[in-house]
Formats: sequence, C-alpha cells, structure tokens
Amino acid sequence: MELNFGLQNILFLAAFGVAIYFFSKNFGKIWRNINLGKDVNRSDRPKERWALMARVALGQSKMVKRRAVAGFFHVLIYVGFILINIEVAEILIDGILGTHRVFMPLLGPVYDAAISFFEILALLVIVACIVFLFRRNVSVVPRFKDLKGWAKKDGNYILFIELVLMFALLLLGATEANIEGNHVDGWIVSAQLAPLFSGLDQGTLIMMERAAWWFHILGIFAFLNYLPYSKHFHVIMAFPNVWHSKLEPSGQFSNMESVKKEVELMMDPNADPFAAPAEDAAEEPSRFGAKDVMDLNRIQLMNAYSCTECGRCTASCPANQTGKKLSPRKIMMDTRDRLSEVSNVIDELGQFEDDGRTLLDDFISREELWACTTCNACTEACPVNIDPMSIIVDMRRYLVMEESAANPSLNTMMTNIENNAAPWAYAQADRANWINE
Amino acid sequence: MEEKIVVPTMAELAASDKLPEVLFWVGCAGSFDDRAKKITKAFVKILNKANVDFGVLGTEESCTGDPAKRAGNEFTFMMQAMQNIEVLNAYEVKKIVTTCPHCFNTLANEYPELGGKYEVIHHTQFINQLLKDGRLSIEGGSFKGKKITFHDPCYLGRANGIYEAPRELIQKLDAELVEMRRCKSNALCCGAGGAQMFKEPEPGKKDINIERTEEALETKPDFIAAACPFCNTMMTDGVKNSAREGDLPVLDLAEMIANAEDL
Repeated sequence: MELNFGLQNILFLAAFGVAIYFFSKNFGKIWRNINLGKDVNRSDRPKERWALMARVALGQSKMVKRRAVAGFFHVLIYVGFILINIEVAEILIDGILGTHRVFMPLLGPVYDAAISFFEILALLVIVACIVFLFRRNVSVVPRFKDLKGWAKKDGNYILFIELVLMFALLLLGATEANIEGNHVDGWIVSAQLAPLFSGLDQGTLIMMERAAWWFHILGIFAFLNYLPYSKHFHVIMAFPNVWHSKLEPSGQFSNMESVKKEVELMMDPNADPFAAPAEDAAEEPSRFGAKDVMDLNRIQLMNAYSCTECGRCTASCPANQTGKKLSPRKIMMDTRDRLSEVSNVIDELGQFEDDGRTLLDDFISREELWACTTCNACTEACPVNIDPMSIIVDMRRYLVMEESAANPSLNTMMTNIENNAAPWAYAQADRANWINE
Repeated sequence: MEEKIVVPTMAELAASDKLPEVLFWVGCAGSFDDRAKKITKAFVKILNKANVDFGVLGTEESCTGDPAKRAGNEFTFMMQAMQNIEVLNAYEVKKIVTTCPHCFNTLANEYPELGGKYEVIHHTQFINQLLKDGRLSIEGGSFKGKKITFHDPCYLGRANGIYEAPRELIQKLDAELVEMRRCKSNALCCGAGGAQMFKEPEPGKKDINIERTEEALETKPDFIAAACPFCNTMMTDGVKNSAREGDLPVLDLAEMIANAEDL
C-alpha cells in the first residue's frame, strides 16, 4: 500500500467535511421540523415493524407489486445505489489516506469481480435513468403529467445527476486502463471503453482519470446535500417511514382521546359541570383536528419528507381519476411545502410566529378535503406506506369540530344521527319496522 | 305471500333469559333503506334456514357513528359509540354479524379501545362458515354457470383484508367469477365511502359510481355482486345510468344465496 498524503488529501478532507457539515445541518433541521408535530405512539410491536421495513423498504415489495416496468427499473437504480456505495467507501479511504484503490491488493480476484459487478450495475443504472427520463419527458406516464415547475425539474435533475455519476465511474476505469504502470486493464465494462482513450498521451490520461475521480466523489457530496431539498430524500426517509407505518387495519381511524374525555364527562351524571381545569394543567388546550402542520402528528410530517411524488396514490384515487380536485400526492407535497415555510420562519425568528398562513386554505382547499371517499386506495398504493388519508381526515375534523364548516348535506346527516340515531330522518322507533313489512 | 321470517329482539330474548349465540347488527341502511331491507331479509332467511340462534337490537340499535367519524365529527361518533357499547355490553354480546362493511369496520376496529370488545363478522364470512359447518347447503340454482363480477367494498377489502369470503360464495353458487380490471386491494371505490353517500360529489368529469359500473360492464357479467348496502345503491344507480336496469341485476351475496335456495 502506497500512502501519498498531500495537498489533494487536505482538499479532499475539506470537501468531505463541508459535505458532512451541511448535510447534518439540514438533516437536523428536518428532524426539528418533524418534531413540530404532535407526539404519537408508533413504536409498539417492534418485531413486526422491522419485518415490515425489511419487506417494504429494503425489499421494495410494493414497488414491484403492480407496475412491472417502473418497479423493475427502480430496483435496478436502488440496488446500484446501495452496492456502488461499497465502492464509494473505498474512494473515501483513498481520498483521505492518499492511497489508490486501497482494497485491490488486499482482495485480489475478489476485488476484480466486485468492481466488474459494480460496473455492470452502473451500466444498468444508466439504462434505467434513460428509461425514466423518457417516461417523465417524452412518453409521459399519466401520473407525471400534472407535475410542473420545481416538482418536474427535481425529478429530471436527480436522474441526470445519477446518469453523470455513473458515467464518471465508468470513465474512471476506462482511462485508468490506459495508464502505464497501473497494473489495471479495466474491468468488465470499462475495458470495453478503454480503446476509446488509447490514443491519448499519458499526461492527459492521468488528468482525465483524476478529473473523473474528483468529479465522481464531489458529485456524490453535492448529491448528498441536494437530498434534503429534494423529493429524493426518500432514499433515507423511506426506512424510518415504513418502520413507523400504521399496523392497524387501514379502515381503523384513530379515536381522539380529547373528544373521548369530553364525551365521558358529558355522559357522567356525577361529573362536576363547573370543575375548573387543574391548576397544573401543563398543556395549552390544543385544537381539534388539523388546521396547520403543527396540528398534525410526527408520523404525518415524516410522511411528507418521505414522499418522492411518484403519484401512485393520485393515480389510484377515485376522486382524482374522475376529475375532482383532490390529489393525495398534492396533500403530501403541500404538507411538506408548508412545513418548509414554517421552518424558514423558525430559522429567521428563532421560534414560530403566526405568519398569517396555514396548511388549510393557503395550501389545501376545502373542496379537496370533501372529495375524499376514505377508500384507502392511496395508502394501499404508496410504496413507502405514506398515509395521505389521515391528513385529510384530521383536516376534516378541524373543519367540522372547530369551524362547524361541514358541507351542508353532511350537517344534515350528522344532525340526524344526533337526533334520531340514523343518518336519515327516520324515527328510531321505526327501526325494527322492516321485520313486519 | 312470502314465508314468515323469525327475528327475535335482544329485549325479548333477555326477558326469557335466552341470550343468543350471535347478534345480527342490521345497520341504518339495512333498517331503513328500501333496497337494503331486502338484503337484511335475505340474510335473515339464511339465518332462519340454518337455525342460527340470533337476535337483533331492534329499536335499541343506533348508528355506529361511522359516517360522522369519516366526515370528521368525532363528537357525534363518540356519543354513538359509547351509547352502543353500553347497550351491547348490557346484553353481554360476544359475537356480532353484520351485512354492512362500514358497521363491520367500526364495530371491529374502533369500538374495542372504547370498551366494546366483540368478535365481529361480516355476513359473507358468516355464510361461508355456515356452509363449512354443514349448517347450510346450497346449489347454484338460477346462478349456475352465470357470469358474476364482484365489487369489493373498500371497508371490507382494503380496510380489513377480506377478499376471499365473498368470492368463495360465488364459487359455491357454481357461477363463473369474472374479475374487474381493478379488483381486490386494487379495487376502485363505488364513491359512497367517507360520508360521500350523504352529499353530492364535488365537481369533476364523472361520478365515481359511473366509472366503477363501466368497469363492471367491461366484464360482460350476468350479475353484479355486492357485499355492502351502499355499494349496492351506487352500482344500481350506475347500471341505471347505463340503461341496463332491466337485464343486469345488482345483488348482495346474501340475496344470491337466498335466491339460489329459493328462500
């Protein structure tokens, strides 16, 4: 092993440090934002949760379930991403110590096999990225059609960056194969590309090899720091997000503890109607349901950062598919956008102060909320178990219980239930009439 | 004149100290909606035929609170739930069967936390069990060899993972089950859930039940099978809209089983 510590390595360490610093900072901010949400217990049944995470996040089970093309190519990029990172570990060590392909002499033929394998993966990732760019821009898949502005660009940037990074990786091997005294013939893919560069002089080749190496690793550092600003953050969040999935049957809505308490008091003949809240009541009374992101729970906010805007939810939503305004993907994107806005206020003022805007109305309209049939098609479709429906229901709870702003026909239905125990205006005394009709 | 059905109420049964094996939760649609009442009666005929020891709450039953909860009114839901649980617990109910997936979901999933712990069964599961236990036997009758497509109710299928019980019943009818493009966990909602049953849909290109009915029609069925009174209404409306009202019946599986047996 030849150690060659010098200026390059100091520069490398600096770049590495800067990348880690800014990523940690932004990651910490997202962590803080998620914790603006209400606490919710989602760590019961840990065994089931690990198994679910292994199957759905690591195993991509919901990606390959229905849409074969997207699922297949997504798995390629995903496997490429995970495994090529092993090579990145070597690049990091080389960069820090000034070594060159530090594992090569240690692993011998195993190393050659591994790098060849990574190169095949890189090639497959390139193919997958091209397919995906095609699906997003040329033969546009319906669920991508309503992506505009940043959401559309974001998707293309990610694919383009991945494409370029993979090319750099292959270029690395191809130029290296032509450098004398390197004892490297290139690996399975780069060896095929090597003849393209055989005419260049050694100086140029060395420069190109170094440039590819630096480009690849700096590109990775930059990409790492792009994640927190991008939908691509799902590569990290998918795992904790799936771990925190709702394990109950999807039809089961949460029972609101605060409402339960109120109703119990109402129904308790011994309750003191004039009882004042306890002196040491630590918490301010919170609102029923959700008007803004802080009213949502932490899992719902984590959901927003885990969403990669693929639109499978929206494509399966009966309301959306019949032309209604509701789009579960938009619910998640709005939640994240509003949370980012709140985050900026906190960064600026040190704490959140009313900025005159809320998730309701400024981002999500009432019309969208009332169009939901609570059919769970969106939660079923989501490859990382995001639950847009729970946000819709929490916002309906706010509308109904805080603003009494339900759709008028729904008010009639609810009044009927309260008065005669059925959603229609039939007398409870007539409930058994069917028996003798 | 049809045969008399026997429907004991829990109050009557309790008065003679004979609490039944199972409570039949009829639900609001099953009690009041003219179309759904037929489903209720068909299911009662099956229960009578199989000599099931059951009772209904009758006038003591009230809405589970499902539509209020889906609409966001947790107060109304909670009041309904607590009152119902008091009644159910007073009759020492252990087992409930219901013909409505919405009641099923609420009773099975949302009541336990509030003190209402029962074994809750959907009627398609219950009828299957009767057949397996040999308490009921059926032949295909008029459904033999016919093409039947089954519309999965969201609150039975996706919400609670029950996909096979209704399909097994169609097989028992010696009928040919034809699946829609979107079925089981991928099924399209009929448009009634989430309290939509009680309001007009938001503006859009199309009503959801029309979309779903068109999908059902693609399978060229002789019958559309439903397992939820609300889906039944939506699909029936959809069939009317396609001017197929006369020749394409939308039937609940309980009605199909009862018809097959000439009950």
